[in-house]
Order: sequence, then C-alpha cells, then structure tokens
Amino acid sequence: MPRTPIELPKIEYLSILNEHGELDKALEPKIDPKGLIEMYRYMLLARRTDERMLLMQRQGRCGTFPQSSGHEAISMGSIFNINKDDWHVPAYRELAGLLYRGWPLEHILLYWNGFEEGASPPEGVNDLPVCVPIATQLLHAAGIGMAMNIEERAEGGKKKEKKVVMTYFGDGASSEGDCHEALNFAAVFNAPVVFMCLNNQYAISVPLSKQMRNETIAQRAVAYGIPGIKVDGNDVLAVYQAAKEAVDRARRGEGPTLIECLTYRVTPHTTADDPKRYRNEEETKEWVLRDSLPRFAKYLQQKGVMNEKQLAALEEEIDTQIKAAVANAEQMFKSEELLNPLAMFDHLFEDIPPYLQEQKDELRDHFKTKGKDWSNPQKKSAKAPASSRK
Amino acid sequence: MVEMNMAKAINLALLEAMTKDPKVVVMGEDVGPDEGVFRITEGLYAKFGGDRVIDTPLAESGIIGTAIGMAIYGMKPVCEIQFSGFDYYNYHQLESHAARFRNRTRGRLTVPMVMRAPYGGGIRALEHHSESREAIYAHTPGLKVVIPSGPRNARALLHSAIQDPDPVIYYEPKACYRLFREDVPETMETLPIGKAQVVKQGKDITLISYGASMRATLEAAESLEEDDGVKPEIIDLLSICPLDTETIVESVKKTGRAVVIHEGPRTCGLAAEVIARINEKVLMYLEAPVVRVTGYDVPIPYFSKEQAFLPDSDKVLNAARATLSF
Repeated sequence: MPRTPIELPKIEYLSILNEHGELDKALEPKIDPKGLIEMYRYMLLARRTDERMLLMQRQGRCGTFPQSSGHEAISMGSIFNINKDDWHVPAYRELAGLLYRGWPLEHILLYWNGFEEGASPPEGVNDLPVCVPIATQLLHAAGIGMAMNIEERAEGGKKKEKKVVMTYFGDGASSEGDCHEALNFAAVFNAPVVFMCLNNQYAISVPLSKQMRNETIAQRAVAYGIPGIKVDGNDVLAVYQAAKEAVDRARRGEGPTLIECLTYRVTPHTTADDPKRYRNEEETKEWVLRDSLPRFAKYLQQKGVMNEKQLAALEEEIDTQIKAAVANAEQMFKSEELLNPLAMFDHLFEDIPPYLQEQKDELRDHFKTKGKDWSNPQKKSAKAPASSRK
Repeated sequence: MVEMNMAKAINLALLEAMTKDPKVVVMGEDVGPDEGVFRITEGLYAKFGGDRVIDTPLAESGIIGTAIGMAIYGMKPVCEIQFSGFDYYNYHQLESHAARFRNRTRGRLTVPMVMRAPYGGGIRALEHHSESREAIYAHTPGLKVVIPSGPRNARALLHSAIQDPDPVIYYEPKACYRLFREDVPETMETLPIGKAQVVKQGKDITLISYGASMRATLEAAESLEEDDGVKPEIIDLLSICPLDTETIVESVKKTGRAVVIHEGPRTCGLAAEVIARINEKVLMYLEAPVVRVTGYDVPIPYFSKEQAFLPDSDKVLNAARATLSF
C-alpha cells in the first residue's frame, strides 16, 4: 500500500486595514457609521481608562493591574458581534468589551483596587467577571455553550438563531491543558463558542518561540476539527469580520471557531512587570506604530464618518466621563459599606454556616477591642455607579 | 422501606433527582451506556438520554470546568469523577472558580453543582485508585464536603447535595458500595448538610468517624460493649465541612473521652480539626487526651499491604481502651 497524504484544511491570515491605514476595499465589512463610531468610542474609552489607571497606580491610587492598551481592537471587533443575551467570558485584557457591555467604570476601578464588588456583573448582561487564572475561563465558556445546546433541544428543537459565547485567552494560555480541554469539549459538543486568542507574543517574559513550535495558534483548530483563522489583531475591521463569520456559524448551529489575533503587548504584563529585563525596546517601538486606534481613526476620517473636530470632541467627552467615574469610585473606596471587613464572610455560601458566623463574630469583636464597631457601617455617600454604555 | 446497598441507593437518588428536576444533568467519563465503572448511573442513560447523562471526553478539569459554566447558566450538573485519585486534575477549577464565583461576584453568579467521586481503599484496586483526600476539600473555603456511610444516608445526602445552592463534594466510600444492605424509605428524604448523627447513644467514650471507617468504628464499639462493658457514643460526621461542632462537643462533655477515626493521612487530617475544636470548646471536660486512628502519612500502599494501612476494629478498640484507662 502506498503512503497517502491526508488533506487538512489550510489556515488563512486576514488583514483588511493595514498598519499604514490602507484598506482592502473588497474585504471591507459593512458596518453602519453609527456602529463604527460606537466601536471607536469604546476602544478609546478603554485606552484612556487604562492610561488613567496607570497614572493612578503610580500614585498609589490603584492596585496592580494588567494593562489592556493595544488589545482594544480584539476585544471590540469581536464583542461588537454579540448581543446582551449572548455571553461574554473574558480573560483580563478585554476592557473595551466590558465597557461596551455596560460594566460601570467604577466597577473596573473597584475591582483593580481590591474590591470584589467590582467583579459583580451588572444586571442585564450575561457576563462573567475578569478571570485571573490562565485559560480556566475557557471551560466555563464551553460549558455555557453546552448548556445552551442542551436547553435548546430540551425546549423542542433547533432555534433559528442560537445564542453564542464569546471568550478570550492569550498566547501563554494556549499552552494550558484547560485550553485544550475547552476547545475539545466545545468541538465534541458542537458548542456555540468563539475562542478569541490575544496573541500578544509574550506570556510575561516568555516569548512565543518558547511557548510553542507551531507557526500559528490558529492551526490548532484543524486538530479539533473546527474552523480557525489568524487575523491582524490591531485591525479592528479584520477582527470584526473574522468574529462575525464565527458568530454567524455558531448561530446557525455549526459550533465553535478559534480566532488567533496577532498583536503585541506594548505595555508591561502588569504594572508590576519590567519588560526591559527580557525584551528589546526597539521591538516594542515598531509595534507601537501598528497601534489599532490611529489607523481606525484615520479610516473613520477617510470614510467621512468622523472629522477631526468630532474626534477631538469625543476625546473630551471621554475625559469627562472618566474623571466623573474616578471621583465617584474614590468616594466608594472610602465608603464603610464597601470597606467593611466583616463582608468577607457574607457571600461564600447562600446562608452563613455556624462556623463562619463564629469566625465573623471573632473578627467583629477583635475590631471592637480597637474601638471600631463594624456591625454598623456608615451608609455610603457615593452615587450608584451607572452603566458605561452610552 | 426497601432494602438496598449503597450503590443502588446513590443510583436511586440520581434517578429521583433527575425525574424531579429537569435541570439536573449527570456528566462524567463512562456514565452513559456503560453506566459508570461502578454502575452508579445504571439505567439513567436509557431513561434520560445523552443530553442529561453526558459522556464527556476523558478530562477531569474539562468536566468540572464545563460544569461550572453549565451551573452558572442555570443547570445543576452532578459530575462523576471516576476515582477520587484523579480529581487533582480538576482541583483548580473547584478551588479557583466553583468555590469562589458567589463570593467574588457578591452573589450575582452562583455555582450549584455536585462532584461525586468514589474514594478510599479496601477493594484491591489499582495504584492511584484508593486515596482518601477529603481533607483537601474541607480545607478549601467555599466548598461543602459530605461523605455517607450507608445506603440510607447516601441517598438522603445526595439529595441534599443536589438541592444545595452551592458546590458540594460528595465522596463515596467505594468499599461500602456493595458491602451491606439497609432499609431505605419509599419516599425521598434529605439530611441537613453540616449536621452529624449520633448513631449510638453512650456515656463512657465518644467514637467519631465518617465514611468507610464507620464500619471499623461500629465493630469496635460492639466489642467494647460486649467484652468491656463500656457504653460508647458513636458519631457519624456525614458532613466534614461544615463540621458539626455542637454535636461533637455535646458528646465529649458527657463522655470526657474521644477517639477520632478516618482513613485519610493523619497530618492535617479531619481528626486534627475535630480535636482542635474539642480543645477550643471543652478542654476542661476531658479525662484523657483525644486519640486519632487514621491512615499513616504515606501513600496508601498497593493492595498487598493496604489492609495494614487502613483503620480496622482492632486499632480502634486498642485506642479506645488506652483512652479509657488513661
């Protein structure tokens, strides 16, 4: 018997709006001007929030956090394809998507300032909070997709349009067993999940070349028997288009897709990281030039969707929005209701079991010996945080 | 009343729970047409089909991780991990996520799910198939851990675990699956999680155990009564987290002496916690130091020597006699 080659699908690379702002007209997705402005707004809001948080962190007004600058196109280009009743399962650089979904800016600031309250998803959206452990969230996304399928069949057959799950992970996460298990489970159970890989080429200090030997992460899709594509992760139009195709397939019942978005982590991993220890700044400078925001702004101008004046006005509007949220969040940081240490016992189980009540009383009494009664915290003076979605 | 063994009682609880609540799904390796390697899911696939009795790929983290997503979505997954010796693969999903979602979202997202796993030695199994690591889960904030010891409480506890709004670890003493039969009521019953049972009233010494070690404990108690004329009080913990401190201390107040028995390793095992609570609450009632009869701090030996590792009635009896004559 002769050896016969096994034909496997080829993996494509997609770029629509390149780093010089040149557009491939034939591939340009049809997004109405209102939509384009909305995408730009949340990318910019995320960028400016991230920058403000960095300043705050340096001033001791924010905890350690992973910066999201440079990843906005991936988050926004994909999230723009799903609705509120679809599911969003983020990793931790999807700030644009969280803000677009309506997470109050105050929640973002609270979370990275050490308040669990910031991880509580706002009512009305199907979002999971930021996930700090690596790749674990992908299984939750796969499970949600599996549950949707089971529910759909239990309710008596195929829906015309399924709900979908949009989930995110990094290049480092692609080495984790949970990443493999999630892609495999989603594939086996035909779960409507879009796996967005933010390939920013560094897992803290470890470069892609030490993470894997394969040329692309997208090609792993072939192994799972699902579609995969690699896109320019700094090109919001390319991300949008690839995610749209994946979402359309998932809604039709055709299962999961893996989308690798190539970008570069132009910032440190977190505010506690020093990239000078492991990479050349020249490399970073090259990638800064490929930033998604200026090229998208240029596209909007060339298309006549926004002019320079409108772009400047949006900057100002966002600046005001962030200032107000920071002021309100800083009130919240000081509110006794949120600072109450006794709350650590209150949300572990639906009802507090006796052994935890005992520990709670012990801590309450400890504070009482220091003259502080936490059983009666002062009511908070801050405003209830509003949705960041305009 | 119907007489049945523990394997059947657990199977019955699954059948009842799935019949009662369409949100309950069973998932795991070989739980479908094969009906589980211990046949605990017997008849379920035939009755409920592949959407509710889900054969998963062979990946424990995958099972628990996807179950977390399903639970958040609104289902009630009851996961079977084939042997507890393989649940380390999924430990991080339980510790980092199942146990934390409610807390870190301040109650917005919850994970009502159950992980079932056969644990413990005594069945001449392969390596890695006989461990008793319940203390790891009891040590994990946000999880509840229950361990039945017989058919009737197995069925009742599994119902409680499934109905619980938070994640529950349900460890099954596999040596007891088909060891003995017991009357189980016709109607469904539950047992409160966090409540121990005094299975025998006594006054001279308290014997505290759970799961498979209850057999050795009950046997030793019989000898104590018959041969020594001693009246032991026996506590079956049933729930090792939350631990029923009140039942333990009330008994020790009465007897002043206690032995704690389990097959998990001694260091940081459940007995250590039980003794700490006795010391905190009723030290001055003690007539003798509380003694532990436990597995040793070694991996449970392969089956040629596993019986030497496990607590047996002689070890319990010797410990009780030493405590009584202290």
